[in-house]
Order: sequence, then structure tokens, then C-alpha cells
Amino acid sequence: MPGSTRASAMSRSERRGRRALWAAAAVIAALVLLALLGPEASPYSYSALDWRHLSIPPGLTAAHWLGTDSLGRDLYVRTLYGLRVSLTIGVLSSAVSLLIGIAWGAVAGWVGGRLDAWMMRMVDVLYSLPYLFIVLVLAALFGRGNVTVLLLAIGAVGWLTLARVVRAQTLSLKRREFIEAARATGLSAPQVVWRHVLPNLAGTVVVYATLLVPQMIIYESFLSFLGLGVEPPRASLGSLINSGARQMLTAPWLLLVPAAVLIVLLLSFNLLGDGLRDVLDPTGR
Amino acid sequence: MLGYALRRIAGIVPVLLILLTVSFFVIRLAPGGPFAAGRALSGRARAELERVYGLDRPLAVQYGHYLLALAHGDLGPSYSMRDDTVAGLIAAGLPVSATLGAAALVLAVLSGVPLGVRAALRRGGALDRFLAAFAALTLALPSFVTGPLLALVFGLWLRWLPVAGWQPDTPRDLILPAVTLALPLSASIARLMRASLLEVLNASYIRTARARGLGRARVLWHHALRPALVPVVSYLGPAATYLVTGSLVVETVFQLPGTGRYLVEGAIDRDYTLVMGMVLVYGTLTLLANLAADLLHAWLDPRVRHEPL
Repeated sequence: MPGSTRASAMSRSERRGRRALWAAAAVIAALVLLALLGPEASPYSYSALDWRHLSIPPGLTAAHWLGTDSLGRDLYVRTLYGLRVSLTIGVLSSAVSLLIGIAWGAVAGWVGGRLDAWMMRMVDVLYSLPYLFIVLVLAALFGRGNVTVLLLAIGAVGWLTLARVVRAQTLSLKRREFIEAARATGLSAPQVVWRHVLPNLAGTVVVYATLLVPQMIIYESFLSFLGLGVEPPRASLGSLINSGARQMLTAPWLLLVPAAVLIVLLLSFNLLGDGLRDVLDPTGR
Repeated sequence: MLGYALRRIAGIVPVLLILLTVSFFVIRLAPGGPFAAGRALSGRARAELERVYGLDRPLAVQYGHYLLALAHGDLGPSYSMRDDTVAGLIAAGLPVSATLGAAALVLAVLSGVPLGVRAALRRGGALDRFLAAFAALTLALPSFVTGPLLALVFGLWLRWLPVAGWQPDTPRDLILPAVTLALPLSASIARLMRASLLEVLNASYIRTARARGLGRARVLWHHALRPALVPVVSYLGPAATYLVTGSLVVETVFQLPGTGRYLVEGAIDRDYTLVMGMVLVYGTLTLLANLAADLLHAWLDPRVRHEPL
């Protein structure tokens, strides 16, 4: 088999890394599927109250196999629904961050000179501010229950590192011969950047996007944890963890189930990102 | 060195002023106000309150008044807690927050540095592998997950430590919050320390020192440790930013009476002066901590001082 010879050329740690990469990808795929299909496949809705089963502990034979909360809502459905909300906001706000970061970094790196110095100085200043803090204030002022504002506020956090990385890569690409050749054929600067610089950044961007998503999920969950995110009866993993933490003396499963899902989700995304970095961007470390 | 320090300190003032200015106008852009509808106030009472606090004047005038008062050290009255001044509220909460942050920082450095050194010296050993797993776990998890989980295990199940709350003079209350806050920081420091010590130990001057017949311990203490600490020290800037925002989270999780809650509560209540006071305090803290880390870095590594800013 051709695959086996290639596999034996890899070192043991590399092979272990690949296995972790595939395992993480499989877990994420499973969680995404569950989040998409789980709530619909269950007889319960995320907001349906079941007055005969209040605060039921988990039990495999019971009607609610992961238990219910103090209002009798099914924890399995609510956790998957919260997972769906967290994943959606995480992915969308990562997209916002990617757009800003790529545009900022590419322009600064390509144009260079004073503009570059000014743009990167701004990134430095923003870096030195407690950014989560600013997002908190913005969310509390404008975004209570408003998912669009929430998205933009979180998305505005993640672009700083990406802008730096993209700028550095653009700078080094700019001096390469194929870019010079492209310019010599008479393409305008935006065309060169669009057709030749950005495609070469794809590997780096994919790696950062994977590492960005868990970060965004943390921000979203944190805002929901503080009651600034999605509003009840809707839920995200953060708001579930918050209400679980309030009742952990009497109903610890309300904390443990959503916390476990969030932990598995975050660890898988980090493993996937690290694994992809080793494959796509070996110099990135 | 002094010139470098002065230039850096002077650089803080404009950043702080920009931060304050932006916050001032952004807060007032938000819908509603401190005495807006839904607060059981008649129209006349509201108008009167707004007149007393000067909120009926043009924004530019309010901004000027705020800066003028600030220059005299006056942070203004709190709109939502009308018996208190902003300065009084901050003075009451800040010791708690500062103690928490300092305890976490000390804990993280005292655990992270030895852990990293040990892992670097016994590369691939049990401790090294433990560090990799520890770092992957603690760096992935936010404190609002680790906090409640630690409280559940050590507070409710094992009953070793208090679950939440804060009585004066009971350091036991501080243990769980400080550990929660310190965990990711400790992991970061240990990883940095490990990587940088490995790099330093590969340097030729270490080989020379060994070749001169110096023992391992002596080489480590006298030659390797100081240069290996440089990345750790420059990480203390970002670490301080993390501590400032992290203490906010941890204070909420463990219900500590620090200043953290004022930020969110103040913003929800549209308590303009309280939010401004918090922005000022936390912004100054972060900038100063970053500055301190940079100065320490410059002291350890003279090349930094001569870089153009």
C-alpha cells in the first residue's frame, strides 16, 4: 500500500499527532451533528416545562436520561440546543475576526511605510488593553439579548493576532519572485493581493481560524455566563453552566453536563488547531 | 535606562486619555440613561435629577467637567448607588481584587517556574508529560468552568474549602479563587520557562561552562537561569492583562466583593461615572503592569532599551 510507506516515514510523535488530529476532527463532527439534529430528534423542546419531573437526576431508564432542571426542562435537549447556539456564535464571530484581521494585516503588510507603522501601532495599543473588559462594557450597554451586537462585539476581539501574522506573511511574500512577476504583467495592487498573496495565506488562516473558534466560544459563553448573552428560555453552554453553578448543591448534573460538553468541545478544537498547524504551517511554532 | 523609563511612562498618558474619551462618549451613546423610564420616577423628578448631576447639558460640556473633576482627583458620584461616590466604591472593592490578583500571580510564578525548569531538565520524563497535559487542559478551559468545578469538588464534595463568599481575615476563602485564576497562568509560565531553558541549555556558552568542569547545578544557577527568565518576564505584561480580566470572572464565580461586579452592573444601570471609574482603574492597572514588565525586561536585557519606540 502506498499509504503505509508514507506512514512509516513519519516519526512516532508525528503519527500520534495525526491520530489526535483525526480524533479531534471526528469528535467535532459528532458534536456538530448532535447540535444540529439532537434537539429535533428528541420528543422534548428546549423550552418545554415538565411539571411532573422537576430536578430529576440523570438515569438511563428515565424519561429524561440526562435529567431535568428545576423547571422540568430536559437537560439533554437544552445542552444540545446550547451547544448549537455556542457553535453558531463561535463560528460566525470567528468569521468576523478573520475578515478584519486579514484585511488589516494584508493592507499593512502590502502598503508598508507610515501606514503600516501606524496600523501596527494601533494593534499594539489595543493589545495592551484588557479587551474582554471592553467587550463586556459594549455587550452590557448595547447587546443584551441582541445576538448581532454580541457577534460583532466578540468578533472585534479576535483579529489582533491574525492581523500580525497576516502582515508578517504578506511582507515576506511581497519580496518573492512570483509576486514581482505578477506585478510586471500589469496587475493592479488589489488584484495581486487578491489573486496571489491571499491564496498563499490560506494555510495560516485555516490554522488560526481553528484556534479562534474555541476562543470565540469562550467569550460567548462568558458573556452568557454573566447574563449578557442569549436570553432565557434560550440557552448557550455558558448560561447553562451559570445556572448549573447556582444549583450545584442540590443538582450537580446541571453543572456537570454542560461543563463536560464545553470541555470536550474546547479541547477538540485546540487539538485540531495544533494538529493542523503541525501539518500546514510547520514553521508557525 | 532612566530615559527609556521616562519615555515609556509618558507614552501611557495619551493612551489613557484616548481610552477615557472613547469610553465617555460610547457609554452615552447607549440607549437609556441612569434615570431613564422604568425606574419609577416621574418626569419632573427625572428632569430634576438630571439637572443636579449636570446630565442635561451638552455632551462636550459634560466631558469638560468630567476631565476637570478628574484632574482634581474627583471620580464623581455614583448614579445607581446614590449614597456612595465612585472613589468610595472602588476603595472598598479594590483591596479584595488586588489581593486576589497578587495571590494568583505569586502562586503562578512559584509553581510555574520550578515546574518548567524541572520539565526542561528531565525532558520527556513523567513531569514533562504531566506538564504537557496540564497545560493543554488548563489553557483550553475558561475560569468560569474550572471555578465552579473546583468549588463543587473541593467545596461541596470533599468539604475542604469554602465554596464562595468572603469574610475579612479568612485567607481560606481566597484559596479556591486564587487557584482558579492562577491555573492557566501557571501553565503558560511553565511552558515558557521550559522552552526557553531548553534553548539556553543548548547555547555554546553553557557548553563552555560545562567544559570548564562546572557542575550541573552551578551552571544552571549561575549561567542558564537568568537569560532563560527573560521570556517569562516579558510574558508578565500579557499576564497582568489576563489577571485584570480574569479576576472579573473569578470574582463573579466565587461572589467576592471586589470591584469586578461594578463594571457589568454599572454598565447595565447606565451608571456613567461608575463605569468610567472602572475603565480608569483597570486601564491604568493594565498599562502600568505592562510597563513594569517592559522595564523589568529592559533591565534584564540591555538591548531592549536602545530600540526605537
